[in-house]
Amino acid sequence: MKVSVIRNVLEANDRLAQELKDLMARRGILSLNLMSSPGAGKTSLLERTLADLRGEFKMAVIEGDLQTDNDARRVAATGAQAVQINTEGGCHLNSSMILEALKQLDLDGLDILFIENVGNLVCPAEFDVGEDYKVTLLSVAEGDDKPEKYPLMFNISAVSLLNKIDLLPYVDFDMKRAEGFMRALNKDIEVLPVSCRTGEGLDAWYAWLRAKRAAKKPA
Amino acid sequence: MHEMSIAQSILDIIKQEMEKRGLTKLIRVKIKHGRLTNTVPEALETCFMALTVKTPLESAVFELEEVPALYRCFNCGREFSPDDTSRLLIPCPGCNEEFGHTVLAGKELFIEYIEAE
Repeated sequence: MKVSVIRNVLEANDRLAQELKDLMARRGILSLNLMSSPGAGKTSLLERTLADLRGEFKMAVIEGDLQTDNDARRVAATGAQAVQINTEGGCHLNSSMILEALKQLDLDGLDILFIENVGNLVCPAEFDVGEDYKVTLLSVAEGDDKPEKYPLMFNISAVSLLNKIDLLPYVDFDMKRAEGFMRALNKDIEVLPVSCRTGEGLDAWYAWLRAKRAAKKPA
Repeated sequence: MHEMSIAQSILDIIKQEMEKRGLTKLIRVKIKHGRLTNTVPEALETCFMALTVKTPLESAVFELEEVPALYRCFNCGREFSPDDTSRLLIPCPGCNEEFGHTVLAGKELFIEYIEAE
Protein backbone atom coordinates (compact mmCIF):
# COMPACT_ATOMS: atom_id res chain seq x y z
CA MET A 1 0.00 0.00 0.00
CA LYS A 2 1.36 3.34 -1.05
CA VAL A 3 0.79 6.17 1.41
CA SER A 4 1.30 9.78 0.42
CA VAL A 5 3.01 11.45 3.36
CA ILE A 6 4.38 14.89 2.36
CA ARG A 7 5.68 15.74 5.80
CA ASN A 8 8.64 17.97 6.48
CA VAL A 9 11.41 15.85 7.96
CA LEU A 10 12.33 18.48 10.53
CA GLU A 11 8.73 19.30 11.46
CA ALA A 12 9.17 18.11 15.06
CA ASN A 13 12.06 20.53 15.61
CA ASP A 14 10.27 23.33 13.75
CA ARG A 15 7.19 22.88 15.94
CA LEU A 16 9.24 23.10 19.14
CA ALA A 17 11.14 26.09 17.73
CA GLN A 18 7.81 27.83 17.20
CA GLU A 19 6.83 27.05 20.80
CA LEU A 20 10.06 28.64 21.96
CA LYS A 21 9.46 31.68 19.76
CA ASP A 22 5.98 32.11 21.22
CA LEU A 23 7.29 31.81 24.76
CA MET A 24 10.02 34.41 24.12
CA ALA A 25 7.51 36.73 22.42
CA ARG A 26 5.11 36.53 25.39
CA ARG A 27 7.92 37.37 27.78
CA GLY A 28 9.55 39.92 25.50
CA ILE A 29 12.95 38.20 25.66
CA LEU A 30 15.42 38.71 22.80
CA SER A 31 16.82 35.28 21.91
CA LEU A 32 20.07 34.92 19.95
CA ASN A 33 21.67 31.81 18.47
CA LEU A 34 25.45 32.24 18.55
CA MET A 35 27.35 30.06 16.10
CA SER A 36 30.93 29.65 14.85
CA SER A 37 33.76 27.16 14.49
CA PRO A 38 35.37 26.01 17.75
CA GLY A 39 37.74 28.67 19.04
CA ALA A 40 36.37 31.65 17.12
CA GLY A 41 35.53 33.43 20.38
CA LYS A 42 31.86 32.81 21.21
CA THR A 43 32.48 32.41 24.93
CA SER A 44 34.93 35.34 25.02
CA LEU A 45 32.33 37.52 23.33
CA LEU A 46 29.77 36.47 25.91
CA GLU A 47 32.16 37.13 28.81
CA ARG A 48 32.76 40.67 27.56
CA THR A 49 29.13 41.35 26.74
CA LEU A 50 27.77 40.00 30.02
CA ALA A 51 30.27 42.02 32.01
CA ASP A 52 29.97 45.26 30.01
CA LEU A 53 26.16 45.32 29.83
CA ARG A 54 25.55 43.91 33.30
CA GLY A 55 23.99 47.14 34.59
CA GLU A 56 21.82 47.55 31.53
CA PHE A 57 20.22 44.18 30.81
CA LYS A 58 19.33 41.00 32.61
CA MET A 59 20.93 38.26 30.53
CA ALA A 60 21.18 34.46 30.61
CA VAL A 61 23.18 31.93 28.63
CA ILE A 62 22.57 28.39 27.44
CA GLU A 63 25.90 26.75 26.61
CA GLY A 64 26.14 23.85 24.17
CA ASP A 65 29.24 21.65 24.04
CA LEU A 66 30.03 18.02 23.44
CA GLN A 67 31.59 17.71 26.90
CA THR A 68 32.49 19.73 30.03
CA ASP A 69 30.81 22.63 31.78
CA ASN A 70 33.86 24.90 31.31
CA ASP A 71 31.94 27.48 29.29
CA ALA A 72 28.99 27.69 31.67
CA ARG A 73 31.43 28.27 34.52
CA ARG A 74 33.25 30.97 32.53
CA VAL A 75 30.11 32.96 31.77
CA ALA A 76 28.60 32.37 35.22
CA ALA A 77 31.67 34.10 36.65
CA THR A 78 30.23 37.36 35.24
CA GLY A 79 27.18 36.89 37.48
CA ALA A 80 24.80 35.89 34.67
CA GLN A 81 22.63 32.78 34.85
CA ALA A 82 24.13 29.95 32.83
CA VAL A 83 23.02 26.42 31.95
CA GLN A 84 25.28 23.88 30.28
CA ILE A 85 24.02 21.33 27.76
CA ASN A 86 26.36 18.45 26.90
CA THR A 87 25.40 16.90 23.60
CA GLU A 88 27.68 13.86 24.19
CA GLY A 89 28.88 13.85 20.59
CA GLY A 90 25.90 15.61 18.99
CA CYS A 91 27.07 18.24 16.51
CA HIS A 92 24.34 20.85 17.11
CA LEU A 93 21.69 22.05 19.55
CA ASN A 94 18.03 21.55 18.74
CA SER A 95 14.83 23.01 20.13
CA SER A 96 13.99 20.18 22.52
CA MET A 97 17.35 20.68 24.28
CA ILE A 98 16.64 24.39 24.69
CA LEU A 99 13.14 23.76 26.10
CA GLU A 100 14.69 21.39 28.63
CA ALA A 101 17.46 23.85 29.58
CA LEU A 102 14.97 26.71 30.02
CA LYS A 103 13.46 24.86 32.97
CA GLN A 104 16.64 25.63 34.87
CA LEU A 105 16.54 29.37 34.14
CA ASP A 106 14.60 32.11 35.87
CA LEU A 107 12.97 33.93 32.95
CA ASP A 108 11.36 36.67 35.04
CA GLY A 109 12.55 40.07 33.89
CA LEU A 110 15.05 38.52 31.49
CA ASP A 111 16.03 40.82 28.61
CA ILE A 112 18.35 38.71 26.48
CA LEU A 113 18.90 34.95 26.15
CA PHE A 114 22.13 33.89 24.44
CA ILE A 115 22.27 30.36 23.09
CA GLU A 116 25.90 29.42 22.44
CA ASN A 117 25.70 26.60 19.93
CA VAL A 118 28.18 23.73 19.55
CA GLY A 119 31.34 24.96 17.82
CA ASN A 120 30.68 23.90 14.23
CA LEU A 121 30.23 25.98 11.09
CA VAL A 122 28.03 23.38 9.39
CA CYS A 123 25.25 21.51 11.20
CA PRO A 124 23.91 24.15 13.64
CA ALA A 125 22.85 26.20 10.61
CA GLU A 126 20.20 23.58 9.80
CA PHE A 127 18.41 23.53 13.15
CA ASP A 128 16.26 26.38 14.38
CA VAL A 129 16.29 26.82 18.17
CA GLY A 130 13.50 29.41 18.31
CA GLU A 131 15.89 32.35 18.12
CA ASP A 132 15.08 35.85 16.89
CA TYR A 133 18.42 36.14 15.11
CA LYS A 134 21.35 33.96 14.20
CA VAL A 135 24.71 35.52 15.05
CA THR A 136 27.86 34.10 13.46
CA LEU A 137 31.42 34.69 14.58
CA LEU A 138 34.41 34.26 12.30
CA SER A 139 37.90 34.87 13.65
CA VAL A 140 40.51 36.31 11.32
CA ALA A 141 42.88 33.43 12.17
CA GLU A 142 40.49 31.05 10.40
CA GLY A 143 40.92 32.60 6.94
CA ASP A 144 38.88 34.94 4.79
CA ASP A 145 37.59 32.12 2.55
CA LYS A 146 35.38 30.52 5.21
CA PRO A 147 32.12 32.24 4.16
CA GLU A 148 32.70 30.84 0.67
CA LYS A 149 33.39 27.34 2.01
CA TYR A 150 30.55 27.27 4.56
CA PRO A 151 27.93 29.43 2.85
CA LEU A 152 24.72 28.41 4.61
CA MET A 153 25.82 29.72 7.99
CA PHE A 154 26.44 33.21 6.60
CA ASN A 155 23.43 33.09 4.34
CA ILE A 156 21.03 32.81 7.27
CA SER A 157 22.79 35.02 9.85
CA ALA A 158 21.55 38.53 10.61
CA VAL A 159 24.92 39.66 11.84
CA SER A 160 28.46 38.35 11.57
CA LEU A 161 31.23 39.43 13.93
CA LEU A 162 34.76 39.27 12.54
CA ASN A 163 36.65 38.57 15.74
CA LYS A 164 40.33 38.78 16.75
CA ILE A 165 41.07 41.83 14.58
CA ASP A 166 43.99 42.52 16.93
CA LEU A 167 45.67 39.60 15.08
CA LEU A 168 45.30 41.19 11.62
CA PRO A 169 48.98 42.26 11.41
CA TYR A 170 50.03 38.62 11.83
CA VAL A 171 47.62 36.78 9.54
CA ASP A 172 46.78 36.97 5.83
CA PHE A 173 43.16 37.88 6.23
CA ASP A 174 41.58 40.25 3.73
CA MET A 175 38.67 41.98 5.51
CA LYS A 176 37.17 43.24 2.24
CA ARG A 177 37.29 39.78 0.70
CA ALA A 178 35.58 38.14 3.69
CA GLU A 179 32.95 40.85 3.84
CA GLY A 180 32.41 40.61 0.08
CA PHE A 181 31.72 36.87 0.33
CA MET A 182 29.29 37.45 3.19
CA ARG A 183 27.36 40.12 1.31
CA ALA A 184 27.20 37.99 -1.82
CA LEU A 185 25.55 35.27 0.28
CA ASN A 186 23.33 37.62 2.21
CA LYS A 187 22.91 41.20 1.06
CA ASP A 188 21.37 42.25 4.39
CA ILE A 189 24.02 40.83 6.72
CA GLU A 190 25.65 43.24 9.16
CA VAL A 191 29.38 42.74 9.43
CA LEU A 192 31.04 43.93 12.64
CA PRO A 193 34.84 43.75 13.05
CA VAL A 194 35.68 43.25 16.75
CA SER A 195 38.36 42.12 19.13
CA CYS A 196 37.03 40.47 22.28
CA ARG A 197 40.57 40.68 23.66
CA THR A 198 41.11 44.44 23.30
CA GLY A 199 37.44 45.45 23.21
CA GLU A 200 37.83 47.20 19.85
CA GLY A 201 34.59 47.37 17.85
CA LEU A 202 32.40 46.01 20.64
CA ASP A 203 30.46 49.27 20.85
CA ALA A 204 28.91 48.51 17.45
CA TRP A 205 27.90 45.06 18.72
CA TYR A 206 26.36 46.57 21.83
CA ALA A 207 24.49 49.12 19.70
CA TRP A 208 23.12 46.23 17.61
CA LEU A 209 22.01 44.42 20.78
CA ARG A 210 20.34 47.54 22.18
CA ALA A 211 18.44 48.18 18.94
CA LYS A 212 17.19 44.58 18.66
CA ARG A 213 16.35 44.49 22.35
CA ALA A 214 14.31 47.70 22.09
CA ALA A 215 12.44 46.34 19.07
CA LYS A 216 11.56 43.13 20.91
CA LYS A 217 10.33 44.59 24.17
CA PRO A 218 6.55 44.19 24.54
CA ALA A 219 4.59 47.43 24.78
CA MET B 1 26.90 14.29 11.82
CA HIS B 2 23.49 15.89 11.47
CA GLU B 3 22.33 13.21 9.02
CA MET B 4 21.69 11.04 12.09
CA SER B 5 19.20 13.58 13.50
CA ILE B 6 17.51 13.78 10.11
CA ALA B 7 17.33 9.97 9.79
CA GLN B 8 15.82 9.76 13.29
CA SER B 9 13.18 12.37 12.37
CA ILE B 10 12.35 10.45 9.17
CA LEU B 11 11.99 7.27 11.17
CA ASP B 12 9.70 8.93 13.74
CA ILE B 13 7.38 10.19 11.00
CA ILE B 14 7.31 6.81 9.21
CA LYS B 15 6.42 5.02 12.45
CA GLN B 16 3.58 7.48 13.12
CA GLU B 17 2.19 7.10 9.60
CA MET B 18 2.38 3.28 9.73
CA GLU B 19 0.80 3.09 13.16
CA LYS B 20 -2.08 5.34 12.05
CA ARG B 21 -2.92 2.82 9.31
CA GLY B 22 -2.06 -0.40 11.12
CA LEU B 23 0.85 -1.19 8.77
CA THR B 24 3.79 -3.21 10.07
CA LYS B 25 6.22 -3.84 7.22
CA LEU B 26 7.95 -1.01 5.41
CA ILE B 27 8.75 -1.67 1.76
CA ARG B 28 9.89 1.68 0.43
CA VAL B 29 10.32 5.27 1.53
CA LYS B 30 10.79 8.19 -0.82
CA ILE B 31 12.54 11.34 0.40
CA LYS B 32 12.91 14.59 -1.52
CA HIS B 33 15.85 16.76 -0.53
CA GLY B 34 16.66 20.19 -1.88
CA ARG B 35 20.05 20.87 -3.44
CA LEU B 36 20.67 23.60 -0.87
CA THR B 37 19.96 21.58 2.28
CA ASN B 38 23.48 20.13 2.42
CA THR B 39 22.06 16.66 2.80
CA VAL B 40 24.62 14.00 1.92
CA PRO B 41 22.51 11.18 0.41
CA GLU B 42 24.98 8.37 1.18
CA ALA B 43 25.35 9.47 4.81
CA LEU B 44 21.58 9.78 5.25
CA GLU B 45 20.99 6.32 3.82
CA THR B 46 23.67 4.80 6.04
CA CYS B 47 22.13 6.43 9.13
CA PHE B 48 18.66 5.19 8.19
CA MET B 49 19.99 1.66 7.74
CA ALA B 50 21.80 1.84 11.08
CA LEU B 51 18.64 2.95 12.87
CA THR B 52 16.39 0.30 11.31
CA VAL B 53 18.63 -2.78 11.46
CA LYS B 54 16.86 -5.71 13.18
CA THR B 55 13.55 -3.81 13.31
CA PRO B 56 10.37 -4.35 11.23
CA LEU B 57 11.50 -1.41 9.11
CA GLU B 58 14.69 -3.16 8.07
CA SER B 59 15.41 -3.86 4.40
CA ALA B 60 13.07 -1.18 3.09
CA VAL B 61 14.16 0.60 -0.09
CA PHE B 62 15.38 4.07 0.81
CA GLU B 63 14.90 6.31 -2.21
CA LEU B 64 16.24 9.84 -2.40
CA GLU B 65 15.46 12.43 -5.04
CA GLU B 66 17.26 15.72 -5.21
CA VAL B 67 15.25 18.91 -5.89
CA PRO B 68 17.35 21.30 -7.98
CA ALA B 69 17.98 24.85 -6.81
CA LEU B 70 15.82 27.54 -8.41
CA TYR B 71 16.59 31.23 -8.05
CA ARG B 72 14.86 34.48 -8.96
CA CYS B 73 17.31 37.16 -10.03
CA PHE B 74 17.61 40.12 -7.67
CA ASN B 75 18.01 42.52 -10.60
CA CYS B 76 15.86 41.39 -13.55
CA GLY B 77 13.51 38.89 -11.88
CA ARG B 78 14.36 36.05 -14.25
CA GLU B 79 14.04 32.56 -12.78
CA PHE B 80 16.95 30.22 -13.36
CA SER B 81 18.41 26.95 -12.16
CA PRO B 82 22.22 26.94 -12.16
CA ASP B 83 24.11 23.72 -12.96
CA ASP B 84 26.72 24.37 -10.33
CA THR B 85 25.32 25.55 -7.00
CA SER B 86 28.62 24.97 -5.21
CA ARG B 87 29.85 28.31 -6.53
CA LEU B 88 29.31 31.30 -4.32
CA LEU B 89 28.53 33.85 -7.00
CA ILE B 90 25.87 32.61 -9.35
CA PRO B 91 25.49 35.00 -12.28
CA CYS B 92 21.99 35.39 -13.70
CA PRO B 93 21.92 34.06 -17.29
CA GLY B 94 19.79 37.09 -18.25
CA CYS B 95 21.67 40.05 -16.83
CA ASN B 96 24.77 38.64 -15.09
CA GLU B 97 23.71 39.95 -11.68
CA GLU B 98 25.56 37.91 -9.05
CA PHE B 99 24.11 39.15 -5.77
CA GLY B 100 20.99 38.78 -3.70
CA HIS B 101 18.94 36.23 -5.65
CA THR B 102 15.82 34.84 -3.99
CA VAL B 103 15.78 31.09 -3.46
CA LEU B 104 12.53 29.65 -4.88
CA ALA B 105 13.38 25.96 -4.54
CA GLY B 106 16.16 23.78 -3.21
CA LYS B 107 15.59 24.04 0.52
CA GLU B 108 13.01 21.24 0.74
CA LEU B 109 13.46 18.18 2.92
CA PHE B 110 10.38 16.02 3.14
CA ILE B 111 8.99 12.49 2.94
CA GLU B 112 6.95 12.18 -0.24
CA TYR B 113 5.45 8.75 0.32
CA ILE B 114 5.96 5.37 1.94
CA GLU B 115 5.00 1.93 0.72
CA ALA B 116 4.10 -0.49 3.48
CA GLU B 117 1.85 -3.42 4.28
